[in-house]
Amino acid sequence: MRIPSAILTLIAGMALVLLGQWVANDVNWLPVSASTNAPVYDELFRVLLAIGTMLLVGMTGVVVYSLIRFRRRDGDQQDGPPVEGNLSLELFWTAIPAVVVLFLGIYSYDIYDRMGGMTDLNAHGMDHHVAELASVRQSQPGDEERIWGGIAPASGNETVLPVEVTALQFAFVFHYPEQNITSGELHVPTGQAVELRLKANDVIHAFWVPEFRIKQDVIPGQPTVLTFTANRIGDYPIVCAELCGPYHGGMRSHVVVDEPESFATWVETNTPATLS
Amino acid sequence: MTIASPPSPSPQPLRLQPTGWLRYFSFSLDHKVIGLQYIVCGFLFYFVGGALAGVIRTELATPISDFVSRDTYNQVLTLHGTVMIFLWIVPVVNGGFGNYLIPFYVGARDMAFPRLNAVAFWMIPPSGLLLISSYFIGGAAQSGWTAYPPLSLTTPAMGQILWIVSVLLLGGSSIFGGINFIATILKFRQPGLKLMMLPMYCWAMLGTSILVVLATPVLAGTLILLSLDIVAHTGFFNPAAGGNAVVYQHLFWFYSHPAVYIMVLPAFGLVSEILPVHARKPLFGYVTMVYSIMAIVILGLVVWAHHMFTSGTPPWMRLFFTIATAFIAVPTGIKFFNWIATLWQGRLALNSAMLFSCAFILQFVFGGITGVALAQVPFDVHVHDTYFVVAHFHYIVYGGTVFVIFASIYHWFPKFSGRMLNEHLGRLHLALTFIGFNLCFAPQHWLGLNGMPRRVAEYDPQFTLINQLSSVGALLMAISTLPFLINVVMSLLQGPAAGPNPWRALTPEWLTSSPPPVENWIGAAPLVKEPYGYGSTEGRIDVNQARGQDLWRQQP
Repeated sequence: MRIPSAILTLIAGMALVLLGQWVANDVNWLPVSASTNAPVYDELFRVLLAIGTMLLVGMTGVVVYSLIRFRRRDGDQQDGPPVEGNLSLELFWTAIPAVVVLFLGIYSYDIYDRMGGMTDLNAHGMDHHVAELASVRQSQPGDEERIWGGIAPASGNETVLPVEVTALQFAFVFHYPEQNITSGELHVPTGQAVELRLKANDVIHAFWVPEFRIKQDVIPGQPTVLTFTANRIGDYPIVCAELCGPYHGGMRSHVVVDEPESFATWVETNTPATLS
Repeated sequence: MTIASPPSPSPQPLRLQPTGWLRYFSFSLDHKVIGLQYIVCGFLFYFVGGALAGVIRTELATPISDFVSRDTYNQVLTLHGTVMIFLWIVPVVNGGFGNYLIPFYVGARDMAFPRLNAVAFWMIPPSGLLLISSYFIGGAAQSGWTAYPPLSLTTPAMGQILWIVSVLLLGGSSIFGGINFIATILKFRQPGLKLMMLPMYCWAMLGTSILVVLATPVLAGTLILLSLDIVAHTGFFNPAAGGNAVVYQHLFWFYSHPAVYIMVLPAFGLVSEILPVHARKPLFGYVTMVYSIMAIVILGLVVWAHHMFTSGTPPWMRLFFTIATAFIAVPTGIKFFNWIATLWQGRLALNSAMLFSCAFILQFVFGGITGVALAQVPFDVHVHDTYFVVAHFHYIVYGGTVFVIFASIYHWFPKFSGRMLNEHLGRLHLALTFIGFNLCFAPQHWLGLNGMPRRVAEYDPQFTLINQLSSVGALLMAISTLPFLINVVMSLLQGPAAGPNPWRALTPEWLTSSPPPVENWIGAAPLVKEPYGYGSTEGRIDVNQARGQDLWRQQP
């Protein structure tokens, strides 16, 4: 019995969707998520992975099928059918990618909004962003304007832990202005928003914590603010992601995420003694 | 016939140009000689770039910096990128195949400006040698092929200046070539050949040349400002002198993103020529293919800031560039669907040219999917400047253009040389390249997602195994060129004769002898109004017997 090609196409399509679903749900290619915006990121990643897998496997399947099914036998000198195009088919595969891409754009806009990336855009335009960074203003009056790094905590009302980060060839230096601690590694408590005030002394560096899914270039002459909230205890690498010279590969540090109590202990033991 | 034959052809005519093999080392004005000069010269630089890639993969076989010094490693990765882009892919897919094929396709005897054409080629070997020699005189540039300031201002100045000079010369060569292609395609078409009758490669080269002419001068201006910052201590891009480092990134990517299309659009055009011949079917959707190319040209000029999503670009800019970038997938997708529709129900010859083209389709689709993902700001923020991006752009530029260059060589070698290549060695070449390439670059996606940044000589030891896998893939890719080289040398010496048209193709370069005479055709140039007229059964003439005049007279 010959199965109609429409049914075969339908079955192949369903198999593709199931494969996409399986890949999205059961394949994990990302490091552990340790900040509040990481699960949001992972959601986007799963959607991209599902769509990408369906497209790649589908296209590969069609090409391989064509190569086998339509291969030329020895001695065959005939031509294929003289089909020069098909307007409705071409419109179909113009419209489908356009819809998918538009959907992805809107969806990733939504994801970015949930990560806090669009806060600035919603607060009418780019010239007002300094006003939002009230804590920057308060702690350092008269400080030069800081570029906003693009990812902010979901709610802006919690108490923020400011940390000054200086990137230089080939290290990150962390300074806690409120506690007057200077450290080569970053310590943060869970559940509290941390505001990194980044500046570079020499060349461009990039501050990247894979487990937090955040990255920010640190550009000389362009002080930048980056905010995140860690939510998983652990010790995660901080990696410089922008070529900064011979020892670029060695420019690494780490961030220790602690319970608020353990973090308080760390602050206490590391606060320099003051004469007062 | 109005062509006057010379009254008494002397047995040894006086020639201004050297003949024989010597003409390939001369300032030849023949577009076919120049095309082959580009291709062979590009291949030599491909080996240099490949050797540099070998150094990188050897260094990365271990997590510590132990093979070359850290300074040398950065010089190697800078040279690798610059050589592969500016001396291999751009010259070969544009200058090489463009010069060889475009005059045939428009029915001309040569390019519009033959002397400019020769100048454009002869700028390449000296600037390539200058670039490579900078390694031996005080060290090459160390700031990557992107040369971001302030790093490029603080690394040794000599290497950086030599890098700038050679890239400027190569950019100049590219602009000369672009002007020549635009003039040839628009003004050198023979009477009766309308734009919409041109083979698709002409459209691809027209689009590419528009990009070259619009975008390359921006790079030239930027690099001149950068060299002033280095030599004259001006402060255009130097924050320490009041400059702005991000402005450089905008200007640089205004050229260097279109540069991706300068590399892949000609490859798209070449594939559009190869597939119909070996599938024995017309190219599916000619008109939408043309509009897609033009859409890619326009969109390609307005997406550059997606390289800068972590550089503190304002949010409205991120939104715009996300959507513009993702939309390039629409015209690109049309082209891929049309190629697959061209294959569908064809009579596919599973030869090396066809298989390399199909491998290109699969790999470019993969690279395109990761490209759409990278256009999404939140996704990009995590993987920007990591091995994920390295994997993505190698799928685009190696999977997307180098595979097409090989497909094109298998397809046009009979025309270039008059001899056939060996298909068994060709398929072995394909299998080794395909396996090696995917083994080398597919695992790098995972590396990037999990925390390995690009351009590092040392890395977290947890990534050792995957990096070693990748290095094995690179080794396979290096080995895969051996069957190709053996094939080319053997065929040149004792390959079977190809005859004028071994593939029974309809495009004009096949309607002449192999290799073609100096002015392309003896007698009148054929007027090919349907370059993809395969599959029609009525009123067909056997192409093996046809001469150019037959097609010329066959006007409806």
